[in-house]
Amino acid sequence: MHNILAITRKELHHYFSSPIAYALATMFLFINGFVFLMVVYFQQQADMSVVTMNMGVIFLFLCPLISMRLFSEERRTGTMELLMTAPVTETQAVLGKFLGAVGMLAAMLALTFHLPLFLILFGKPDIGPLWSSYLGLLLLGSGYLALGLLASSLAKNQVVAAVTGFGMILFLWLLSASGDIFSPPVTDILKYLSFFEHFGDFTKGVLDTRHLIFYLSFIGYVLYLSVLSIRNRKWR
Amino acid sequence: MIEVKNLVRSYGLQPAVRDISFSVQEGEILGFLGPNAAGKSTTMKILAGFLPANSGSATVAGFDVSTQSIEVRKRLGYLPENAPLYPDMTVSDYLKFHARIKGIPSRQITQKVQAALEKCFIVEVKNKLIGKLSKGYRQRVGLAQALIHDPQVLILDEPTVGLDPVAIKETRDLIKSLGGKHTVILSTHILPEVSMTCGRVVIIHKGKVVAEDTPENLTTKLQGVRSIYLEVKNEAPNLLAELSAIQGVNRVSITQAQSYLVETRQDLDLRDELARWVVNKGYGLIELRTEKVSLEDVFVQLTTQESEEELTHA
Repeated sequence: MHNILAITRKELHHYFSSPIAYALATMFLFINGFVFLMVVYFQQQADMSVVTMNMGVIFLFLCPLISMRLFSEERRTGTMELLMTAPVTETQAVLGKFLGAVGMLAAMLALTFHLPLFLILFGKPDIGPLWSSYLGLLLLGSGYLALGLLASSLAKNQVVAAVTGFGMILFLWLLSASGDIFSPPVTDILKYLSFFEHFGDFTKGVLDTRHLIFYLSFIGYVLYLSVLSIRNRKWR
Repeated sequence: MIEVKNLVRSYGLQPAVRDISFSVQEGEILGFLGPNAAGKSTTMKILAGFLPANSGSATVAGFDVSTQSIEVRKRLGYLPENAPLYPDMTVSDYLKFHARIKGIPSRQITQKVQAALEKCFIVEVKNKLIGKLSKGYRQRVGLAQALIHDPQVLILDEPTVGLDPVAIKETRDLIKSLGGKHTVILSTHILPEVSMTCGRVVIIHKGKVVAEDTPENLTTKLQGVRSIYLEVKNEAPNLLAELSAIQGVNRVSITQAQSYLVETRQDLDLRDELARWVVNKGYGLIELRTEKVSLEDVFVQLTTQESEEELTHA
């Protein structure tokens, strides 16, 4: 645990000392502010569900850009050699880095807290869906970051890592649409695997354990694959 | 303290380490010498637990590097080639991070970081970003990182590359002072460095150990041989074979175009005969002198043997 937190701290240090994080946060906040303005001004609704859905879509692009450097950069610069010859296991390295990326995403999400605050101050929003939306966003984003981390463990080049991560995430997002082509058993499986299907309920204020279990087990599995990928690297 | 037995490692089909065995006693400083791509770095990476070996075994402080890697890594400080560091961190933040992942209790971190800064002469740059430091300072930060947890074993891959002469001397003195308390393996191309800092040398070439001894012994081993340097003016394609055929000549090697190194027994002086022979053949004698044997010659001789064998067979 000590090692994991030390690595998480280091990753957060990298994020906050790099211009990429600030550029991403600016883009994220600007677009969210714009969507929020449109929804509230034109629809006159004290409701975050459209904004939340929109954030989920921005995450498709945002998360692979956050996670791309995690392992790629260490391998490109050779610092991986020092990290992996310290008494740190592959699992600790993967978890530490994952938590660092989640911390970065959580920081960006926290910067949008003023939006629901406006709703509470000037309207009467339903509080439940606000909470569940943010929980859903954090889980969705963490799932994306796990995939992005896996991509980063496979590619030495950050751009390749970002593109690979983005491809995997988009594919999982789109699975729900493609599901209708097939007959019921296949459709059900594909829909269950889709990130999109599990996200909708959170924006409506529904906390379903099935969705929680889906995201958590998905994250666990992808992180496990990342550990294997890091271990496998040694043999090349 | 370190025991390496029949280590083999290849990258794909390319063998890097063919069969390396050696051992290092506690407190000893071992020099790891070899030309580029000899397998030095690969061997060090295996010892540090970064790469697994294909076969063979290695133990550090009694722990197997493949099955008890974490125990090995706790007792080992490693400085890879070119000292890879995080450029966006300050020196002290970087050392603090390494102190944490190397399991130093939080109470001691400040003190250990300070000690490492002082040992490696980098106190004055502790608040600077690593990316802004010169190569020499970065190398020393890398060394500080390896030393921070007072490891029993230090593995340093070319620790003095890219340093200025003053820094080289300081670093060598530092490494020398580490002997006794720490067991050190140090790889280098620079031969005087070995005779200055190391108690024992392992010379490896093409993934195999070709010699293992103290620097003094390696030099005296060759002292039974007299080397004569010979340079001719005209092109003489058969000269190598012709020189080898002369009675009393043990070995001939080409050092540069039209320069040869003729080896004879110590008690035999062929200079006069060689000179007459070259002049008579009309090759144009430019220079002829006795060569002093240095560690460099031992190194060159040991690492060029194979190619010469190939040459004579052909």
